[in-house]
Amino acid sequence: MLNVLWDGGSNFPGIAQFGKAFIELATNGDLWRHSIASLFRVTLGFYLAILLAVPLGLFLGRRQGWRKWMDPVVQFLRPISPLAWTPFAMAWFGIGDAPALFIIFLAAFFPILISTTEAAASIHPMYFLVASNLQLTSWESLCKIIVPATAPNILLALRVSLGVAWLVVVAAEMIAVKSGLGYLIIDSRNALRLDYVMVAMTTIGMIGLALDHTIARLGRLEAVRWRLERK
Amino acid sequence: MSENKILIDNVTVEYRNGGSPRKPWSLFGKGRNCGSAGDDVRTVLHDINIEIKTGEFVSVLGHSGCGKSTLLKVIAGFVRPTRGAVLIDGKEVTKPQPDHVFVFQEGSLFPWLTIRENISLALRSVKDPREKEEKAAYYLELVGLENSHSQYPYMLSGGMRQRAEIARAIAAQPDILLMDEPFSALDYLTRLNLREEMLYLHVMLPKTTILFVTHDIDEALQLCNRLIIMSDPPSQVKCCRTIKAPHPRNLTDIELSDLRSHIYYHLGVHTAV
Repeated sequence: MLNVLWDGGSNFPGIAQFGKAFIELATNGDLWRHSIASLFRVTLGFYLAILLAVPLGLFLGRRQGWRKWMDPVVQFLRPISPLAWTPFAMAWFGIGDAPALFIIFLAAFFPILISTTEAAASIHPMYFLVASNLQLTSWESLCKIIVPATAPNILLALRVSLGVAWLVVVAAEMIAVKSGLGYLIIDSRNALRLDYVMVAMTTIGMIGLALDHTIARLGRLEAVRWRLERK
Repeated sequence: MSENKILIDNVTVEYRNGGSPRKPWSLFGKGRNCGSAGDDVRTVLHDINIEIKTGEFVSVLGHSGCGKSTLLKVIAGFVRPTRGAVLIDGKEVTKPQPDHVFVFQEGSLFPWLTIRENISLALRSVKDPREKEEKAAYYLELVGLENSHSQYPYMLSGGMRQRAEIARAIAAQPDILLMDEPFSALDYLTRLNLREEMLYLHVMLPKTTILFVTHDIDEALQLCNRLIIMSDPPSQVKCCRTIKAPHPRNLTDIELSDLRSHIYYHLGVHTAV
């Protein structure tokens, strides 16, 4: 049994071969190059999604009239897999980083938007009565009430959507680009190098773990602790 | 200049609760579900007339759901009356004002701000940061929270949180304090302590008019200059009594215990006396 694991079989690489491939890809720089390319796309697409989804979510959350109209639109678009957009992404953005970014953006956008909207809509109305009583300006209400009140939920949404973004980056890279861990998988498969495929998969897992760990640390910030400690 | 601080003039508040909120898809159904004649209109307050003088401490008593809180919210400007008006210093209340501060039953401190930051919110008119800090410290000390300034509300006990809410309210230097059952979420002993502190604040701030909604008859008897008892909805002022006894009051005094029986009678409680 151990022997089989070590040597591998016809349809999976053994540990020995995997280790060799790992060292090979790590030393010739391919692994780093592809990892950095993937991380770059995820980061950019993710930031783009935050930049648009958080303000839009806060706006919709606080404007019931708009929310009523936008909610069906959002719920209609949301179940469409980001990957289903690939033909359009390529038609609109051509070849290169842009279509991949677009797909990552789509994947991260909806979870952030929905959580932010929900969080902003469910802020206790009493806080706004206090705000109107103390005559806070709209800007102060935004900074002192809306943003801090929704921060814990937004952070949770970021954690979920970063995972999703990392999930689709691989798929996005299987089209239209010549770098990234997704490309490494497709390229190695075409070359029948299952050991390389496995190295890429392992790397994806490890980076995903590291990303989640990083973002989970944000949950310990003082600005959001009140939510967890509340009675 | 009239001596009346607050004039509640024929205030009627009606809530509509028959119509369900309009559905997003009923684009053209404007009249169908909202505000049509068949609606169930609930009159909460019916032709309320009250005059309150500057510096008075008025308690409002009544059964749950009789509209005490609504009355307070109308005075605060959170709710517009269906008919009638509330005049403060001769001017009609149309929106919340920073000098008429509302104190909630509990949980109106912002949980994401420290106690000091919460109080600083009420000190927005103070521009100089050092002066602001000093003032915040002053109000914290006033309610005995000087050691908790950098803690978050969740770290404090219920009584301390309520103290902080009161500190925030008086930091805004209001001429009217509208207190909606401010101590009812607290345990009995804490409530007694805060009752005493409330009295201290009342003496310290003689110009501040206080409206105090409560269920606790002893609390009302011990604190206020005037008692207003409201009837069940559609609520009207059922009875209004002035208490002349000086502070500190002994609740076993004959005048106060008579008054207590009188209140129980008006509230329809016959066995408790």
